Amino acid sequence: MTKTLIRYLPLLILALVWEMAARFEWVSTTALPPLTDVVRAWVELLLDGELLRNSASSLYRIGGGLGLSIVIGTVLGIGMAWWKPVNVLLAPIVEVFYPVPKSALIPVTVIWLGYGDGSKILLIFLGCMVPVTIGAFNGARASEQVMVWSARSMGAGKLRVLWDVVIPGAMPELLNGIRTALALSFILLVSSELVVAQKGFGFLIGSLGAGGSYDAMYAVVLTVAFLGFAADRAYLEIVRRTLAWRSVT
Amino acid sequence: MSIEVQTPRDGVPEILGRLAWTLIWGFARVFSIVALLAAWEILARSHTFTPFQLPALSAVLERIWSDAESGDLAINTALTLYRAMAGFLISAVGGVVVGMAMSRNAAANWFFDPIVSVGFPMPKIAFLPVVILWLGVYDTAKITIIVVDAIFPVIAATVIAIQGVERELIWSARNMGANNRQLLHQVILPAALPQIMTGLQVALPLSLIVAVVAEMLMGGYGLGGAMMQASRFANSTSVFAGIVEIAVIGYVLIKAMAIIRRRLLIWHPEANAPATA
Repeated sequence: MTKTLIRYLPLLILALVWEMAARFEWVSTTALPPLTDVVRAWVELLLDGELLRNSASSLYRIGGGLGLSIVIGTVLGIGMAWWKPVNVLLAPIVEVFYPVPKSALIPVTVIWLGYGDGSKILLIFLGCMVPVTIGAFNGARASEQVMVWSARSMGAGKLRVLWDVVIPGAMPELLNGIRTALALSFILLVSSELVVAQKGFGFLIGSLGAGGSYDAMYAVVLTVAFLGFAADRAYLEIVRRTLAWRSVT
Repeated sequence: MSIEVQTPRDGVPEILGRLAWTLIWGFARVFSIVALLAAWEILARSHTFTPFQLPALSAVLERIWSDAESGDLAINTALTLYRAMAGFLISAVGGVVVGMAMSRNAAANWFFDPIVSVGFPMPKIAFLPVVILWLGVYDTAKITIIVVDAIFPVIAATVIAIQGVERELIWSARNMGANNRQLLHQVILPAALPQIMTGLQVALPLSLIVAVVAEMLMGGYGLGGAMMQASRFANSTSVFAGIVEIAVIGYVLIKAMAIIRRRLLIWHPEANAPATA
């Protein structure tokens, strides 16, 4: 307990400095409303349902886009590592698509699918597919040849080897790729919602900021930041359990 | 240290074989790209989609050409590059400095460690409106938000890299009479370089992503701003042209980074390892 406190003390200090800077008006309170006001604004947003409504639509978009990208990205990545022709066809496309700053696709997804959920899900899907595919590909490619040979010689069919040897072997790298994708999905979600949206966190931040209620804007910004952090921690915990069968921690 | 293995001298058949292989491989590498571009052009001309939804590739290339002729392309590209690279360089230097301070100084570590571990996974792009509130919409604000996003992977990579330097290396250097400064410059930093480079390779695309978003939101010149402007006027040809331009920049920067990595780490065993994507 004390240990945790000492560890996270710097964050408390920052919060305290924030509160003091605002209370004693070292900086303009418009630019930096006191932390306590931000907390109050957060409670108000929560009570009138505004925050929950927009969270729901944001999380739906992340869930949809990330879910699609994990499924399709894994299939593509393992396919590329397992069948040479797939690799020859897809590797150049992945290589060209990989360095594209995905945020550049925001206006196009809007042209294709409008201002609603569809464009955000498409953007998150396209952006997150790349790290998942690369993770699955590198993981599956690195699966130990000796293990594959042993399994083959013990009479396992090709699909059996794929399912029992290659995919478990690809897991650590794949899960790493998914972690990158998770972080990216939040970035793309917030970016696209800030640029064009009618609901969601980004929209809420934008409209509160435009309306001048900066304490509420800060409240939503911190909420998104915290959700991104919490999602990453939760994911790491899940991974730790999933990979418990590997003796590496 | 791995020992260089001298490859046997090549005869003519080996060289020819390798040439044929390079040609086939080179063709295979571009085949799907060419097919994709051709499909784009055919699909756009077949009127399956309206020109608004999918302008033809030829029209997009024409637009890029006319942008280049009018000089808009040069201005927008230069500005976007300037912001992204300024943000990236500040993050690179700042991240390495903070990371080094954290690994060498207990107080710095105590202070920054929770900030980095909590801040790294956060979607810091959400702070964009706050940055606008503080700094306005000009270059300072754009570069600031880029640094806020791109510095975390550099710090984290530097800390992990320095932790991972083999104790024996440090002991030997100390034993041979290296002082702190020499130890840092000649032993720790070179040994940590591969992982630091990995951090930089995460930070670079991130800088571009954030630069584009910042330009889209804050307006003004720059490729992101130009795309947003075009999409407001439903000018989808220009939007697609913007994507192609930004994609090319991203490709060139990331390739350049990979080449720099290979140059800097030519002494490292990884230089002999097969390249990964």
